[in-house]
Amino acid sequence: MHDRSSSGLHLLHDTDAGKNIRPEDLPFTVQGMTVAYHHKPVLWGVSYSAPKGCLTAIIGPNGAGKSTFLKAALGLIPKLSGETKVFGEPIEKALKRIAYVPQRSAVDWDFPATAIDVVMMGLYGQIGWFRWPSRKHRQKAMDCLKSVGMQDFANRQIGQLSGGQQQRVFLARALAQDSEVYLMDEPFAGVDAATEKAIVAVLRQLVADGKTVLVVHHDLETVRDYYSHILLLNGQHVADGPVETTFTPENLQKAYGGRLASTQLDGLSEASGA
Amino acid sequence: MEQFFAALTLSAGYNTALVCIGAALLGAASGAIGVFVLLRKRTLVSDAVSHATLPGVALAFIIAQVYFGSGRSLPVLLFGAALSAGIGVLAVDWIKTHTRLTEDAAIGTVLSTFFAVGMVLLTIIQSMSISGQAGLEGFLLGATSGMLKSEALTIAVAAALVGLAVVLRMKEFSLLCFDEGFAAASGYNVRWLDRTLLLLLLGIVVIGLKTVGLVLIIALAIIPPVAARFWTDRVPVLVAIAAGIGASGSYIGAALSASAPNMPTGGLIVLVLFSFFVVSLLVSPVRGVLAAALKHYRFQRIVHLRQGLLAIAHNEPVLEPLTRSILRRGGFMSGDGQPTVKGQSEARLIERDQKLWNLYREMHPEESHALADWSLKPIGEVLPADTVKVLEQELSPHVVHPEESGKGGAN
Repeated sequence: MHDRSSSGLHLLHDTDAGKNIRPEDLPFTVQGMTVAYHHKPVLWGVSYSAPKGCLTAIIGPNGAGKSTFLKAALGLIPKLSGETKVFGEPIEKALKRIAYVPQRSAVDWDFPATAIDVVMMGLYGQIGWFRWPSRKHRQKAMDCLKSVGMQDFANRQIGQLSGGQQQRVFLARALAQDSEVYLMDEPFAGVDAATEKAIVAVLRQLVADGKTVLVVHHDLETVRDYYSHILLLNGQHVADGPVETTFTPENLQKAYGGRLASTQLDGLSEASGA
Repeated sequence: MEQFFAALTLSAGYNTALVCIGAALLGAASGAIGVFVLLRKRTLVSDAVSHATLPGVALAFIIAQVYFGSGRSLPVLLFGAALSAGIGVLAVDWIKTHTRLTEDAAIGTVLSTFFAVGMVLLTIIQSMSISGQAGLEGFLLGATSGMLKSEALTIAVAAALVGLAVVLRMKEFSLLCFDEGFAAASGYNVRWLDRTLLLLLLGIVVIGLKTVGLVLIIALAIIPPVAARFWTDRVPVLVAIAAGIGASGSYIGAALSASAPNMPTGGLIVLVLFSFFVVSLLVSPVRGVLAAALKHYRFQRIVHLRQGLLAIAHNEPVLEPLTRSILRRGGFMSGDGQPTVKGQSEARLIERDQKLWNLYREMHPEESHALADWSLKPIGEVLPADTVKVLEQELSPHVVHPEESGKGGAN
């Protein structure tokens, strides 16, 4: 439906459809973003606008630049070109409206902190410089731990938590930020089934509350169950849109090339009933 | 000895007392900033910073000698030290970002080059045969014997300021050290925070040059937090303990040096700090070596107890003497090797717990691989309640066919 030529910016120019969408209404828009490591392009001219209040999966093969897309859009790594807008504002001015969940492997879990300490880090922005967390902040952090089912582990040293538990703590920290847009880098990587369920429940709650959520996702088999929209990347923007119309064997073939067996593709399209 | 206790109790004269207090404040501040240098994994950078001060000190001495007639002015020398250390840090930063060299390679190059320049300049100063140059050697290994009152006061005030800055920035530094990406995405200027951290470290290095000397000053920022890490798993506590260790070690070292003026102050301070480190390493109940050995001993007993109880549950004989004695002491087995009533009921509980664990490991091999304490603690103490509930529901059909669950127990 939305192929490379029309890219993700259809929302910006959708005036002919009669809907006049203002830039202030677009939660997360990336325009012409190119990123390269040592002259090797990882992302090439990617433009995309996330649908407001939807749960979107960012999918694509290994090395497709899914994590890089989030990091570069947030300004965490240098990019050669492109800009990110959050509700019409440049992202540098709108970081308070965004919550980012990095990959679990990005940090050293032997760090001297407990689960609630980490969640509290999501509140530092609200607490401000030179001030200390109050009882109110602690209560808030506790509530966030509760919503991911980790309240019993609040005072556990983070290194003693299992991978799934660590991931839940990361999620709780993002919840504490009370943002409008959530960007998550592989929150399902290496977690147990119960954690996966807990995370999905939290994601659905966020969307029900009107938040916009983008998740780097690996498992093609669960895309249909978990998400309403997808963004397909393969170094470049391949396609984006609702799962029913965009999560098609043709688009997947474009993104994954020969890396997906045709039987796999058939299986995925059958699940759609298409 | 008498002199040492006099210095220790601040009764060896006003000057000595001031030097000792200054050293204690220096130790506290460097311990506090050291925590974040350690957590940021940048202890090597601090080594580059300290060695890069030498050419600055020597150049400042030469310039001051030429223009003011005397090179022995502490503020001028420290200014020179700060300047060249700053250039050194920027050089490391530049090499790291503009070439494909790693940080340790950049540090090694900068550190040795700056130190070499400094040594050459020192030799030139010696050949100039000017008075007052003897004081310069104190910058290498530290000397408090000839320290002026004003110098000691400057050190004390500057150290107190750095310490205060670290405490006020503790939240942001913790965030930076734990999760740089998250900090940046939350709107913190990570580069600027990093610079602040290095600037405070640089401040400590410069004001500590005179007391501890540039070769050893870095020990003052590394050993206290490393020793403190054995005692706690919380950042604020870590900062407090590191500051305490740094302060007391420097204080005792300075007092020792006051009673033996021809000993290098820096060396004495570092040796005292090292003794704190050794004690922490051995006896800390949190991460110490002895505690770890004790933990291992207990761990072994838990394993034997559990396996013994499982053997009882499966009606298998318990053969290992250690297991038998542990079971007997716990009242789970009588003297003739027969399980007691208490032993049998406990065995049933453990068997159920073990089944849940086996199921968990079957269902989530990757997860459980990284998990500590599986099959050692009751499953509810290790895994969240919702996970256990899923396992319990899953287990019910297995209970109906005990011969099936035996499969899981075999691995």
